[in-house]
Amino acid sequence: MSPTPLLEVKDLHVGFVTDRKKVVPAVRGANLVVYPGQTVAIVGESGSGKSTTAHAIIDLLPGTGRVTDGRILFEGKDVAGASKGDILALRGSSVGLVPQDPMSNLNPLIRVGKQIREALEANGVAKGKEADARVVELLQEAGLPDAERRAQQFPHEFSGGMRQRALIAMGLAARPKLLIADEPTSALDVTVQKQILDHLDHLTDTLGFAVLLITHDLGLAAERADHLVVMYKGQVVESGPALEILQDPRHPYSKRLVDSAPSLASQRLSAQEHRAEVREQAESVAEEVAAEVASHGDEFGEGRSRVVEVKNLTKVFTIRGSRPGASTDFTAVDDVSFGIRRGTTTAIVGESGSGKSTVARMVLGLLDPTSGTVEFDGVDITTLRSTTQQLAFRRQMQPVFQNPFASLDPRFTIYRSIEEPLATHKIGSKAEREAKIRDLLDKVSLPASVMRRYPSELSGGQRQRVAIARALALDPEVVICDEAVSALDVLVQAQILNLLNDLQAELGLSYLFITHDLAVVRQIADDVLVMQEGRVVEHAPAEELFASPREEYTRALLDAIPGGSIPLGGGR
Amino acid sequence: MPETPLPGQERFVAPLDETPLQETGGAIDDSQPPENQWKEAWKLLRRNWIFWVSAAILSVVALMVVWPSLFTDLDPNRADLSRSLEGPSGGHIAGFNRQGYDVFARTVYGARASVLVGFLCTVVVVVIGVITGALAGFYGGFVDTIFSRLADVFFAIPLLLGAIVGLSVVNNLFPNRGFWAAIIAVVIALGAFAWPQITRITRGAVLEVKNLEFIDAAKAIGVTRRRNLMRHVVPNSLAPVIVTSTVSLGIFIVAEATLSFLGIGLPFGIVSWGNDIAAAQVQVRSGNRMGVMYWPAGALALTALGFILLGDAVSDALDPKRRSR
Repeated sequence: MSPTPLLEVKDLHVGFVTDRKKVVPAVRGANLVVYPGQTVAIVGESGSGKSTTAHAIIDLLPGTGRVTDGRILFEGKDVAGASKGDILALRGSSVGLVPQDPMSNLNPLIRVGKQIREALEANGVAKGKEADARVVELLQEAGLPDAERRAQQFPHEFSGGMRQRALIAMGLAARPKLLIADEPTSALDVTVQKQILDHLDHLTDTLGFAVLLITHDLGLAAERADHLVVMYKGQVVESGPALEILQDPRHPYSKRLVDSAPSLASQRLSAQEHRAEVREQAESVAEEVAAEVASHGDEFGEGRSRVVEVKNLTKVFTIRGSRPGASTDFTAVDDVSFGIRRGTTTAIVGESGSGKSTVARMVLGLLDPTSGTVEFDGVDITTLRSTTQQLAFRRQMQPVFQNPFASLDPRFTIYRSIEEPLATHKIGSKAEREAKIRDLLDKVSLPASVMRRYPSELSGGQRQRVAIARALALDPEVVICDEAVSALDVLVQAQILNLLNDLQAELGLSYLFITHDLAVVRQIADDVLVMQEGRVVEHAPAEELFASPREEYTRALLDAIPGGSIPLGGGR
Repeated sequence: MPETPLPGQERFVAPLDETPLQETGGAIDDSQPPENQWKEAWKLLRRNWIFWVSAAILSVVALMVVWPSLFTDLDPNRADLSRSLEGPSGGHIAGFNRQGYDVFARTVYGARASVLVGFLCTVVVVVIGVITGALAGFYGGFVDTIFSRLADVFFAIPLLLGAIVGLSVVNNLFPNRGFWAAIIAVVIALGAFAWPQITRITRGAVLEVKNLEFIDAAKAIGVTRRRNLMRHVVPNSLAPVIVTSTVSLGIFIVAEATLSFLGIGLPFGIVSWGNDIAAAQVQVRSGNRMGVMYWPAGALALTALGFILLGDAVSDALDPKRRSR
């Protein structure tokens, strides 16, 4: 006899009502079943309806969302049409929720312990002193050390990982039978992500609740879940046992997901082989560029083979103390040295707070180092004083930033955004600039019609392409990618990485690639620096680093890549 | 986990013809290429009824300011004491006030002084506030300390109290002033104590915008600091300023009324809504012929509403996020 399902979603339709009373469907005919104690994952890109499906279960649809058809059975009872009171009884005590963003989901004015106590009291689990004791127990259970003191602290005193643990404690406060975890770790570093998910696994085993995990990373889903549901454009396109889908995806969309998940792709030899080809071509193009630079005396730089040379770079920030004069020094970057060979990619990997972005900003000349030098092609950039020299340096080195939603001026059309570097450096006539912009858009595979659009009309991936086009407008030799793909869905991430690889091969670019995700590194980097607390702990060629990491910390980062242990299907 | 899937969890693959695969990242809508920002904004404005309401109110007000004789043949300064507080009659739709002036004519002619004070005050305050706020927020450090503390000093003095002190000094020094001198004195007196609010709002908005990545991106392109401030930071910080300044426009008209009521705003010879509302206070107290006050007060309220609605509609239309709806 088979067990009874805990949750059954049958032919669920969810729509959003627009201003003009039209219903825009977000979920169309979704089916899924969760059994007690099971972990089920919904996988899909943003906009696929995966979060909407999960939120419909506890009637937390945002804004004008409505369940338009279908049934949601929790322990056999239909909750889709349930009354407000029934839903309230369901929330917390039967179904817990761990929300997506740990930064914005705790009230900054209330002590963490009190917020968890609220969850206990709202569900009638415990009151008064008893509740306070329970809060400490719950925080301990969620893996927070020194829980008694932590419960008295405010959210801003917690790190991202600690906040997520507090939210898990809150979600589990009333011992629900089902925990909905909506991208619980996508805002966190990979190592913290692994810790949190490991701990969640452990709790599932000991407490026996079921988990509905929502994620965009198929590798992560397959590693943690028994059963997978792949969603695309509001529909379930494939579902089944996790390993089976991973090894033998049948729907083209699932295939695409399996192909682009960085955690899975990084295991593949094909990624490295492809990278080797790219590098060979890029290096030969870069040599030509270097020879040209060397032959023109008036150009910026000398055409050296190591285009960027960073020596003993250190940055000390002074942190204001509680009273005047009581400031302390914080060393964000400590004695970092490396070089970038022409036509290759050097990656800097580390967790948040490791100083990797500070290095990028100093290399870009946006931040003055406390000591040490950054040389671009034989010229120390900190000594550039005249405007013409600075502009000449800017032409050679351009950034692509992390957040595609913030790196373009929302009031500029795409055309103006890409034109700005050309206008600033007074390059070309109006007609020439337009031709150049068309060419750049073509290089990053966007239609020319996009140039009259505003950033808000483009998707994240499209904006990142625009940012790349803008970076290439001045024909730079070096592009600094500061977490350039971290904010993107896996599918778009794979596309942008491919684009960066193609552009490198075509133009002989050199990249400095800043990321927290080692999985991405293997697809694009030749040399890797691992940074921890401002210092470089390991510096090695990419293949070597992946094959035989020397440092404990590097191994921990490698272990944290989700899906690393999953055997892939034959031929992949 | 059991080898055979549980009921409901069997392998399922959706038929491809029901779930066709599309280009990832989504396609770009090519149907309507946008034009330049101002043309786009105008297109949006045209479809917004709020804009048309405010435009209707403000064009009537503007006509009153420029060409009051278009609305009435009567002289606002002709008093006929024998008709004091007389009700509406033929040719005098609003009746007469205590002094025997025609209320409607005074309301029409009063628009000029009141609207000029409100509009000029707003311009002065926005110019000073945006410049100081943008400089303070963008450059920070010493510049910030100077402008912010200076703003705090002026902010601590209540608007009306400051204006009363300032104007009484001016009134003593230059007792008989012409129309423009009187208006400018009121504008300066109000403007001098109202700018810190805009400074604070602008500074806050600039602080937020200047940390966004596109500002760093522009720096890395080689855009100079000043150009960055003018091209990227200020335009992206203006939305809250537009909203606040349109609201404060009404407040300035009311403040002028208050000053005139106290006898130190515009001299009594200048027809203004403020003077008339002040004069009508006796009617409010006695409850007799309240209409004498409703006319100038109504005109004031409608004008303020017109500017507030216009500010709302314009800042919406200029926000690129509101496009393509």
